[in-house]
Amino acid sequence: MFRRLPEIETALKTAETVAFTIDGRPASARAGDSVAAALLANGVVACRNMPVSGAARGPYCMMGVCFDCLVTIDGTGNRQGCQVRVAPGMAVETQNGKREVER
Amino acid sequence: MSAPNSSYDFDIAVVGAGPAGLAAAALAASNGASVVLLDEQAEPGGQIYRAVTETPVRDRKVLGPDYWHGAELLGPLRDSGAVHWPGSTVWSVARPREDGPDGQRSIQIGLSRDGAAAMLTVRHVILATGALERPFPIPGWTLPGVLGAGAAQVLLKTSGLVPSGATVMAGSGPLLWLLAWQYLQAGARIDAILDTTPKENWRAALPLLPGFLRSPYLGKGMKLMLEVRRKLTVIGNVTALRAEGGVGSGGNEGVLKSVVYTRNGTEHRLPADTLLLHHGVVPNLNLANATGCAQRWDEQQRCWRPTTDEWGATSVEGVSLAGDGAGIGGARAAEEAGRLTALDALHRLGRIGREQRDRSAAPFRAALDRALTGRAFLDTLYTPAEAFRVPADDTIVCRCEEITAGAVREAVRLGCSGPNQAKSFLRCGMGPCQGRLCGPTVTEVIAAERGISPAEVGYYRLRPPVKPITLAELAALPKTDADIDAVFKH
Repeated sequence: MFRRLPEIETALKTAETVAFTIDGRPASARAGDSVAAALLANGVVACRNMPVSGAARGPYCMMGVCFDCLVTIDGTGNRQGCQVRVAPGMAVETQNGKREVER
Repeated sequence: MSAPNSSYDFDIAVVGAGPAGLAAAALAASNGASVVLLDEQAEPGGQIYRAVTETPVRDRKVLGPDYWHGAELLGPLRDSGAVHWPGSTVWSVARPREDGPDGQRSIQIGLSRDGAAAMLTVRHVILATGALERPFPIPGWTLPGVLGAGAAQVLLKTSGLVPSGATVMAGSGPLLWLLAWQYLQAGARIDAILDTTPKENWRAALPLLPGFLRSPYLGKGMKLMLEVRRKLTVIGNVTALRAEGGVGSGGNEGVLKSVVYTRNGTEHRLPADTLLLHHGVVPNLNLANATGCAQRWDEQQRCWRPTTDEWGATSVEGVSLAGDGAGIGGARAAEEAGRLTALDALHRLGRIGREQRDRSAAPFRAALDRALTGRAFLDTLYTPAEAFRVPADDTIVCRCEEITAGAVREAVRLGCSGPNQAKSFLRCGMGPCQGRLCGPTVTEVIAAERGISPAEVGYYRLRPPVKPITLAELAALPKTDADIDAVFKH
């Protein structure tokens, strides 16, 4: 679980926040957050289930090398959450198993 | 921008906008070469200076003066005229060909940007791909709530996020202490630091201490460690570690619940919502490997590193390497190595003579030597214990394909001789991370099982694309008539 530093929490009240959804639920993040950071900031520690065992996984490296933070973003699966910035209205879905055809 | 080269897209492409890449691109472009700086992140800085232009953490004492030095590299880059393309993922660097527009050497680079692929033709490539955290395979390291210490630092720098709830840090090496210190400055909670530095490392490291006493890092490092030790619970001599899952304190299932560690032969359990692991860093060599650059096993740093000469030149003509991607030396060393590599690239492109290259290099080489002073001491002291490099059977080594150390050993008994064979036996290393998180471990597990050295076992042979690319991105590549002729029957 993660939280914002107090100075940033204060700034977020006035600065631009980004509204997006996680599995259809409304959520908000700081402009500039990666999708993976935005998930953690919203208390979502697991973002996908493994194709092999089904075990839950969450962001591990936050720099684009581990692929544990794969999520579906605006309908496209297998996106690296740590490499994409959260955008207004973005629909982020946790990913169950492997990427589906056409997603 | 400096005068574009009419027949190539750029004279030099630099891959990676960390300290080495920023310094290399700025120096090359300010000497008249046309330079493109390609980087995956949205802002320059690499990982060590991540988000230095836009971090929400305004209180300068939280991240410390070394971090803010990164900002000093950006002015020279801007003034140099180098073109910076953030958000660019380089997935291939082709072997050089002698078919450039002027009959000279040309190198094709494949990259993805804004969802479309593109090819660039350049004369010289400088790889500045930096480092990644050494794999730290323990039972349960795949549970949500377990992250790399480097990942936690990225979250702090980019988003001002720190752990809440019970937090344990575990491992060994300077970054662990730096992050703990930064968390202290930020007022974040740390319940315990589990230090896995093996006692016996001191015996091997002590003869190297005189070198370290001259290191510029000594004073800073000692001050930082003393402050952390005074204010936090540091538990030393940890010889075994595992993360246990269950229902977390946030109510989620299948996430980290506790950390179990062994000290003096006794097991102890700590409740934990977040576990941050760190066992030093290793070169991020996937792109160099896939480009065909020769590499060697570094016994002191216990990792593979691409072979380079004193100018960063690799075994592939026209491709050079700067910074931690060529062997771990830290940010300041990377910066100086970037400048040396750029000077040599300018020389190879005929822009400066040998004498000018050598004369200009002298101050950078002296600074590089200073930055590397004492490195051997740190490398030796912080070598992770064998139990953490060669894990027990039930530990997952390949996170992508969920392959355990036991499965790798079983494959060895069936005749698997090295990491490449492990791919066909087990799919080990064949997931999307392409061996980044298992490569060093798989090499060491196979070496131990076969009773030979990691150097003899070898490493994964990697091929482009070095990062997964979608068919849609590939289909968006501009096509020449020759490309179309190649696939259509007439």
